[in-house]
Amino acid sequence: MQFLNGITILLVYQLVGEVIVRLFDLPIPGPVMGMLLLFLSLLLRGKVDPSMDTAARGLLSHLSLLFIPAGVGMMVYFSRILDEWLPIALALVLSTAITMAATAGAMVATQRLLARKEGNDG
Amino acid sequence: MAETDLTRIWVYLSASPLLGLTLTLVAYLLAHRLYLRCNSNPLLNPVITAILALILFLKLTGTSYQTYFDGAQFVHFLLGPATVALAIPLYQQFSRLRAVLVPVIVALLIGVIVGAASSIIIAWAFGASPETQLSLAPKSVTAPVAMGISDEIGGIPSLTAVLVVVTGIIGALIGTRLFASLRIRDDSVRGIAMGVAAHGIGTARAFQISPMMGAFSGLAMALSAFATSVFLPWLVDWLRAVSPGWL
Repeated sequence: MQFLNGITILLVYQLVGEVIVRLFDLPIPGPVMGMLLLFLSLLLRGKVDPSMDTAARGLLSHLSLLFIPAGVGMMVYFSRILDEWLPIALALVLSTAITMAATAGAMVATQRLLARKEGNDG
Repeated sequence: MAETDLTRIWVYLSASPLLGLTLTLVAYLLAHRLYLRCNSNPLLNPVITAILALILFLKLTGTSYQTYFDGAQFVHFLLGPATVALAIPLYQQFSRLRAVLVPVIVALLIGVIVGAASSIIIAWAFGASPETQLSLAPKSVTAPVAMGISDEIGGIPSLTAVLVVVTGIIGALIGTRLFASLRIRDDSVRGIAMGVAAHGIGTARAFQISPMMGAFSGLAMALSAFATSVFLPWLVDWLRAVSPGWL
């Protein structure tokens, strides 16, 4: 029953998210809008229902299972991947390393900047 | 005699959604068991193993992807509610976030833009087609959201799903070494960088290093999913405007 309650709430948020995205022609996927709405209502309510926690845990603990059907769709694009394997591989490896370094660097730099400012103020 | 019976059963099963659904679950459970048995070696990520095993099976039996997907769509559908559910860990980590809110927002924006732009530019520089470049752009975002974005900007969602999984594995493999060589020791910084670059698979790796790194990585994964879906369509429009005919 708990799981059923929880999954129903998640589906309702997704549905509302889809409707809003289409109604206002927003460039974000419906489920992401649903996530934002749920996050805001959790902030307002100040707690997570146990039923929702159960459903979320159930879904998120096997998140990787959910990618499989789409991933198998790769079989349709085999020739594209074979043709373009070099740019794809380079983009994945280099861009992942660059993204990690840039994110960490930006966070450290901002923290230092704020600390220095605080030091000057104090 | 026995052979024709088997053929009849196969003809029946291959037209029913039961087969695609069951195959997906069995492949995942077996792949997961193999992964655990090999000490969680990131190269044996259960998603990759299961996808390759299923493709091999479908090719060998001459089953089309469409037939398989008729059954597998029930699993695929859960990506939507799973995305909504990401709001819950985000909310539960929110108090930790407040203390470092400004640095996290700056890191997130830079990470999201650098991640998408660098993958498009590198793929373009080495001659990838526009659809491939666009499919690569959301590679650092958790798969359900990345597929939605890919569809939105003109990429190929199922190609994106595979690229996302491979990106997560690369991130989990190179992360700790990269942070060590950059002398980044703060677990909140390492977690944020891991979550922005390598989503859920990176987050799973971060939890192996420390609970704090895992929590920040999970947080960064949820926030960057949101930030990317807002900024990436704009970034792509802008790239199209500055260099007409490229994308």
